[in-house]
Amino acid sequence: MSLLGTIRFRRPGRLAAEAAALVIAALVAFPLYWMVLSAFKPAGEIQSTEPRPWTLTPSLDAFRRVFQQEDFGRYFLNSLIVAGTVVVASALIAFLAAVAVTRFRFRFRTTLLIMFLVAQMVPVEALTIPLFFLMRDFGQLNTLGSLILPHLAFSLPFAIWMLRGFVKAVPEALEEQAAVDGASRARFLWRILFPLVFPGLAATSVFSFISTWNDFLFAKSFLISDVSQSTLPLALLVFFKPDENDWGGIMAASTVMTVPVLVFFVLVQRRLVSGLGGAVKD
Amino acid sequence: MRAAPLTTLRRPGWTPWLYLLPALVVLGGLLVYPIYQLGLISFLEYTQAQVSGGEPTSFQGFGNYAALFSDGEFWRVLLATVLFATACVLSTLLVGCALAVLLTRVRALPRLVLMLAALGAWATPAITGSTVWVFLFDPDFGPVNKVLGLGDFSWTYGRYSAFALVLFEVVWCSFPFVMVTVYAGIRAIPAEVLEAAALDGASQWRTWRSVTAPMLRPILLVVTIQSVIWDFKIFTQIYVMTGGGGVARQNLVLNVYAYQKAFASSQYSLGSAIGVVMLLILLAVTLVHLRTVRRQGEEL
Repeated sequence: MSLLGTIRFRRPGRLAAEAAALVIAALVAFPLYWMVLSAFKPAGEIQSTEPRPWTLTPSLDAFRRVFQQEDFGRYFLNSLIVAGTVVVASALIAFLAAVAVTRFRFRFRTTLLIMFLVAQMVPVEALTIPLFFLMRDFGQLNTLGSLILPHLAFSLPFAIWMLRGFVKAVPEALEEQAAVDGASRARFLWRILFPLVFPGLAATSVFSFISTWNDFLFAKSFLISDVSQSTLPLALLVFFKPDENDWGGIMAASTVMTVPVLVFFVLVQRRLVSGLGGAVKD
Repeated sequence: MRAAPLTTLRRPGWTPWLYLLPALVVLGGLLVYPIYQLGLISFLEYTQAQVSGGEPTSFQGFGNYAALFSDGEFWRVLLATVLFATACVLSTLLVGCALAVLLTRVRALPRLVLMLAALGAWATPAITGSTVWVFLFDPDFGPVNKVLGLGDFSWTYGRYSAFALVLFEVVWCSFPFVMVTVYAGIRAIPAEVLEAAALDGASQWRTWRSVTAPMLRPILLVVTIQSVIWDFKIFTQIYVMTGGGGVARQNLVLNVYAYQKAFASSQYSLGSAIGVVMLLILLAVTLVHLRTVRRQGEEL
């Protein structure tokens, strides 16, 4: 049955649509396929001016180059620390804030909500210059903190806004019941409410993880001299050489950088789509 | 259903503010204060000499803005940014909506395949997306020129072809958000409404125009605003794909321009002034968005 309700499509029409969908899916997936394929091509083959969409002799040379010569393991860990900290911290802080704006009526509540909405739209990249001086004054330049703190701030407004819907959806009666059963408010918050809004947390965490994992501008501006504090997006650039780009290395490094996000996406994929759906229906 | 929560009947006192405290501290320190600083620096003379403490900072009034607005390059970059962002937003919306409609017309398996491919593009970090697309279009080793028979045509050399290449990448990584959101919106339309339209003998086009499209309007608005905001402040793609702004700076957009002014030539005041201009433009977009949200009567 068609999802558009009773609008029926004749079979040839639907088959054509399905063929189109599959062709488009292949086109959309092609860049990722090409990236992984190129990462596994041996050095000689990647330099071929007759590129083939397959390889008969897959090799790990490019990955070896990435991990042994360029110490990508460390950068990977750095990126993971930054993104992981931001995801966990922003989930906790946003949860508390979302509870405050949904479960209480207080002065300036609406003003705050509007400010959270406006804050989502601030082009954070425009704040690179003042943040640079702020991080310098607090001795945070060349530390992972210089990435964690701004990204925490930038992911909060959206996370609060999104979680608000999920907290609102939990019936008030549940809170009364918990109170009757003698649960303290803290216990209710963390043992009952928090697990209930977990689907919402999954959806918001996708956005904060992606934006933090992707960060290139802040890394480029704040991690200026200490190579050991580099993150993946910054480290990727070492394979761009003035004379000849090391495409094998670039594609292997890109693959290393993309796979964790893909895994993360697949894990939360359902929650993401339903989370967006929930936000849409709101 | 709409009864006030228990907690509000009691006087909330300081409790909500206690819950809000961590968020407000973080936002105040790392968002509000930097915005204030950005504005401040844009009114000062702030170059390497002032940063290192060699010379005192001095108040410039609107001097930095005057310098910026009298610079032909600024207007050229601003125009390029607006046109490029517009092209990106329109293409993304067009592709995203078309594919969302396509998703509603296919069975579960092809839908899943297209959904997964789109999620893959969505999940790809901007920087790796940029490197892969440059490689795909590489004049020597890329498959695209081979397939299209373009020989050793260099996409990044010409101004328009370089912008086009970046646009392809931007659309590729941002249409999935539009597609998934609009698809969720279409599915949320009650079947009875469409049935009623069909019973009344409305054509498919008429149903789309008079029933589906109006019901999708709020969603379309959200994805449009979101796309405008994303595409207006693109940095990574331009920086990586065109090597920092293109041959002879022909592919600069505001964000890259501000970065280069500030961090490459230490003109922090001019960089900040550009940042303020960006902030104001996006604030205007936000206010339009906010007005529409409120007009729809959403309870805050």
